[in-house]
Amino acid sequence: MNKIEQLRKQFPILSREVNNRPLVYFDNAATTQKPEAVIERLRNYYESENSNIHRGAHFLSQMATDAYEQARKTTASFINALHPHEVVFTRGTTESINLVAHSFCKKFLKPGDEILISAMEHHSNIVPWQIACQEHQANLKVIPIDRKGELIISEYHKLLNEKTRLVAVTHVSNALGTINPVKEIIEAAHRKDIPVLVDGAQATPHMPVDVQALDCDFYCFSGHKMYGPMGIGVLYGKEKWLEQIPPYQSGGEMIKDVSFGKTTYNDLPFKFEAGTPNVAGVLGLEAAINFISETGHDTISSHETDLLQYALEGLKNFDGIRFIGTPEHRAGVISFLLGDIHPYDAGTILDKLGIAVRTGHHCVQPVLDYYNIPGTIRISFAVYNTRQEVDTFIKGLATVREMFG
Amino acid sequence: MTTIKEKEQKIISDFEMFDDWMDKYNYIIELGKSIPPIKEEYKTEKYLIKGCQARVWLHADYQDGKVIYTADSDALITKGIAALLIEVLSGQPPKEIVDAGLSFIDEIGLKEHLSQTRSNGLVNMIKQMKLYALAFQKM
Repeated sequence: MNKIEQLRKQFPILSREVNNRPLVYFDNAATTQKPEAVIERLRNYYESENSNIHRGAHFLSQMATDAYEQARKTTASFINALHPHEVVFTRGTTESINLVAHSFCKKFLKPGDEILISAMEHHSNIVPWQIACQEHQANLKVIPIDRKGELIISEYHKLLNEKTRLVAVTHVSNALGTINPVKEIIEAAHRKDIPVLVDGAQATPHMPVDVQALDCDFYCFSGHKMYGPMGIGVLYGKEKWLEQIPPYQSGGEMIKDVSFGKTTYNDLPFKFEAGTPNVAGVLGLEAAINFISETGHDTISSHETDLLQYALEGLKNFDGIRFIGTPEHRAGVISFLLGDIHPYDAGTILDKLGIAVRTGHHCVQPVLDYYNIPGTIRISFAVYNTRQEVDTFIKGLATVREMFG
Repeated sequence: MTTIKEKEQKIISDFEMFDDWMDKYNYIIELGKSIPPIKEEYKTEKYLIKGCQARVWLHADYQDGKVIYTADSDALITKGIAALLIEVLSGQPPKEIVDAGLSFIDEIGLKEHLSQTRSNGLVNMIKQMKLYALAFQKM
């Protein structure tokens, strides 16, 4: 048995059938499936460790607190953060971005200032900034993309100016698969003392991320897109920023002292973790990180690259194929259209064949407006996918074409 | 006049002929192509049904106590499903439409299209058709 087949065995859901066919799961950019180790970790927590953390002096509370804080260290080392307290646990990338959009902008965004995002951002990296800009009478500026689905970097340099307060860009595009040159983007911004937030939701499942090497100021990602549970995510922030910006939500856990007159906020990272956190989720995330580490980024990346190449090759000769996004550097995702066939029609028929793909606007309506299309068919890979599944998918597409072509 | 129940029954027995899902979907697609076209002037934002991954335009007229529906969609399966609803509901009195249970959808195996995913328009299509009927009922 080869390595990938062994890996597949760790994912119970992959052996199920959908519509009486073996499941082919190609919707990994939406969420990945979970390995046994993650499922088991959640189960074990509720079975024998469950307790509220950072309070009770009793045994279980201590145990849960230790596990939770250990998971923070694991997460910090996963992205090579300088300090564990630079890791704030959130509900997901969306909440991480909202936190920064709220707290950073409250402190630093002034009327007439600018926030710079890109034209390929997910709605979750657009709308929070739009709202912040409205609130603070600031302006949202957008780095354009070209037909290949790559950022036009020369335009980016022109857009950076003394009014820019923050740059927020995605590491990898969820709709086009483009890997953006975030290091170059960060360097250019830093030359003008502008901080950069990176949306890493689509990057962490596919490639090693080193926040110190990138020198990003904020990095956001979700557990569920990298084999972890839903409802848990991470905001990495440089200490100097997290110290300066005010809390996002308030309540228990984020305070040091409370009286009716005044409240002093807790230290990092607790200042940003109001209320009882998702302890099980954090432990599940740690199990997912361990799964990635044990599998190895080399294995993940070489296997997924092989699948991408194999699928692109197979699709290239398919009659009527139109790739949406043809970036030089791509991770995980292929978006395309097939002749005049509506993505929803294709998706429905593929589903009948047991093949899960994503169709529609992928929460990036501005990207689709740019290409002037209603949506795309998107396939996205994880480490457990196989070439045979790509073959099944391509056969499925032939059926789709037969029915609608 | 054929009642809604009778029309539903007719569709159920039509669908019993199909032993495989592909024939069923091919039939739905053909059905979509066969319905009378919606007037171009109604293919606007105003007649668009929200919440569908595919665009669906629906228009209703009230003639001699009966509601006449026309629809179009840019996805063929969605258009076929609209055609099924039109087949059952168009030409019926408003009250009958408002009260229709439409259990045929489940019985012909299209229940999956009723799920509340964001991509799915059938629920919204039915809701909009009933809203039109409700408005005509009050006239």
